[in-house]
Amino acid sequence: MTKTITDVICPFCGTLCDDLIVTTDDEGKKIVDVENACAIGAEKFISASNHQHRKTRPRKLQEDGSFKEITYDEAVEYTAQMLVNAKKPSMYGWSSTSCEAQSVGHEIAELCGALVDNTAAVCHGTTLVAVQNVGIPSCTLGEVKNRADRIIFWGCNPAHAHPRHMSRYSIFPRGYFTGKGQKQRKIIVVDPRPTDTAGIADVHLQVEQGYDYELLQALRAAVRGQEISGDIVAGVPKEKVYEAAEMLKSGRFGVIFFGMGVTQSLGKDHNIDAAIMLTSDLNNYTKFSIIAMRGHYNVTGSGQVLGWQFGFPYSVDLSRGFARYNPGETGTIEVLKRKEIDAMFVLGSDPGAHFPMQCVKEISRLPSVAVDPHITPTTEICKVHVPVAFVGVEVGGNCYRMDNVPIEARKVVEPPEGMMTDTEFLKAVLKRVKELRAD
Amino acid sequence: MDIVKLTLTKVPGLFLEAENITPDHFAGKNAQQIGELHVHLGNQTAKISDYFSVEGKGGATAADTRIIVSGPTDKVKYIGMKMTAGEIEIQGNTDMYTAAWMAGGKIHVKGNVDSFCAIGMTGGEFIVDGNAKNYLGASYRGDWRGMQGGKIIVKGNAGSDTATFMNGGTIDIGGNVDVHLGTHAEGGKIIVRGDAKGRVGGQMVKGDIFVLGQVERMMPTYIYKGEEEAELDGKKQLFKVWIGDMGERHGKRKGEIIYGKIYIPSDGAEGIAAATHVEKKKKLTEKQLDKVKEVFKDQEPTVQQVRTYIFDSFDVDMKPMQVSRLIEGLKR
Ligand code: SF4
Repeated sequence: MTKTITDVICPFCGTLCDDLIVTTDDEGKKIVDVENACAIGAEKFISASNHQHRKTRPRKLQEDGSFKEITYDEAVEYTAQMLVNAKKPSMYGWSSTSCEAQSVGHEIAELCGALVDNTAAVCHGTTLVAVQNVGIPSCTLGEVKNRADRIIFWGCNPAHAHPRHMSRYSIFPRGYFTGKGQKQRKIIVVDPRPTDTAGIADVHLQVEQGYDYELLQALRAAVRGQEISGDIVAGVPKEKVYEAAEMLKSGRFGVIFFGMGVTQSLGKDHNIDAAIMLTSDLNNYTKFSIIAMRGHYNVTGSGQVLGWQFGFPYSVDLSRGFARYNPGETGTIEVLKRKEIDAMFVLGSDPGAHFPMQCVKEISRLPSVAVDPHITPTTEICKVHVPVAFVGVEVGGNCYRMDNVPIEARKVVEPPEGMMTDTEFLKAVLKRVKELRAD
Repeated sequence: MDIVKLTLTKVPGLFLEAENITPDHFAGKNAQQIGELHVHLGNQTAKISDYFSVEGKGGATAADTRIIVSGPTDKVKYIGMKMTAGEIEIQGNTDMYTAAWMAGGKIHVKGNVDSFCAIGMTGGEFIVDGNAKNYLGASYRGDWRGMQGGKIIVKGNAGSDTATFMNGGTIDIGGNVDVHLGTHAEGGKIIVRGDAKGRVGGQMVKGDIFVLGQVERMMPTYIYKGEEEAELDGKKQLFKVWIGDMGERHGKRKGEIIYGKIYIPSDGAEGIAAATHVEKKKKLTEKQLDKVKEVFKDQEPTVQQVRTYIFDSFDVDMKPMQVSRLIEGLKR
């Protein structure tokens, strides 16, 4: 007999689909089938329940480059000692774990005077900077599904990065006021490349790479009915800009989705700043919202928890005992590059694969701990690797969807025998840090 | 005026936060008392005397105090933060937040400064003989008030995001600036004597920007308004004027809409097209190549570092691809 669990949350991308059906064997140990998920989501469940390629005990890097298995207690001791003895440790990651774990991690950071940063640093951090500058008129994905008839995808490619986004929320679904589904919606894609998402768009504005800011400001001018100089704006003919502006103004409810193509290309926060201002300008004519296409399933949650506890969503510096925040100074890439920190703790992220080489080298030089269920480029260069159970598969926990809606992830199978969850590991480190501090 | 001489004797392992180095904190204190003031390194607190040798004493008031900082101060942040009067002279380079939120007095840095210098400045004078990095005279994150008063003079180049949210005061840059100059500005005056890289005055509501060199690519939301006479360096000159940002909100005065203005000298001989669209030199000479080789010897620089270095020192704007090929070549 197999067991079927319904309404399972997919802990992969920021879409956080909540309608998965997972079938396990009768002992609840192995996952045999995943329904409703997209290919990448399903793969996460299937590969998690295949224990062969997983490490189940912490490992310590030896002089000769090999790893030696150690106990969880030894790993807790190493981590606590490292964080307590450092003058300026950094605690990075937090995007692929639950809000409960994040909260415990932040308590450790506060006690140790650490920097806390999440993967927004290399992703939507610039969005958060812009939001702080000009605010954000936003809505939930449910509203998009039921009301939106103008959809812009700017610098993002959900066809590959958020596979079920288009079918669940943005293009195809038939909602309360959008009974005709796709037929009722106008889709604009702004991307220098002809992506698969651009393939299903009504209008594809092929912006010149790196000139999104110019195009956004030109759109704002066009929405206001102002003049624009030059015949071609950032690679797009002027008439097309005015046409697009009219199309946006004529809708009943519009939404802009944007991704890494604007947040991490030239201009960064300025691009988002202009996009948010465009949204707010459009609200003079119709209803418009803007939503960031967040990547990791709980990077939004990390921002929420940091915001709740320290007032800032990422790159928080607690070294002086109070929270400071200034991406460009306190961001993890900057501090690694400038050699500003002396210990590195990574949980739920893979800077080894995503950071510039110079920063990766610095991580490997420093005392470092990586907490991750998988073997990743980061775990291979850190001094200690602590494998933990998969959040959303082997342990539940709270997560935030890209539109800031909290959803409780569920446990579907048991983790391998004797493995800790990240919350348990962090609680053990916190206890030890408190003891060391008391001495 | 009493003089305090600080000499960095121990280079900090990490970065030092020294917001106590201001005439306001030093006034009325002798050398020993000054040495007792705190500096911070990560989560540790130390004393000024742990890192600096202190000579002389502070004056009776901040205005009577002059501080001379020497030694390798590249890793010292926050010098002169929130100072209201007096003088600081820094003989080498300093790190971030030098002159941040400065309200009065004078700071003179003989070397280079890093990012976030003179952010939120309200008064006084900040002079840098070398280059400044990003966010010079800008606002702190989330603040809508960047530089509001006083004067910044940078003899070399400045980085990106200079004067974001500026609404008063003057910034005078001798060399070139990187992208995003005067974003969101609502006042103030910016003079760039070299070239501006682009996105000049994006989202600007009000204010004046003079670019005496060239603007690499003018924003499409700036409209050419014709020639106009304006005063610069005490002389009346003829400038070509662009107004904008057309995508942004603007106030009215006497029924007339007030725009942000960009001034480019008329006597530049080149036409408008030439002034707004410049093809930069794209190659390095043999000599310059040797120089690059020497500077980055035994290092593994990033593409951005090399590119910035080449742009700053030779005024050549290379594509990242070219630079990465160059680095590959240098390795061999
Ligand atoms: S779209 Fe994202 S959340 Fe939904 S099933 Fe695919 S990977 Fe999982």
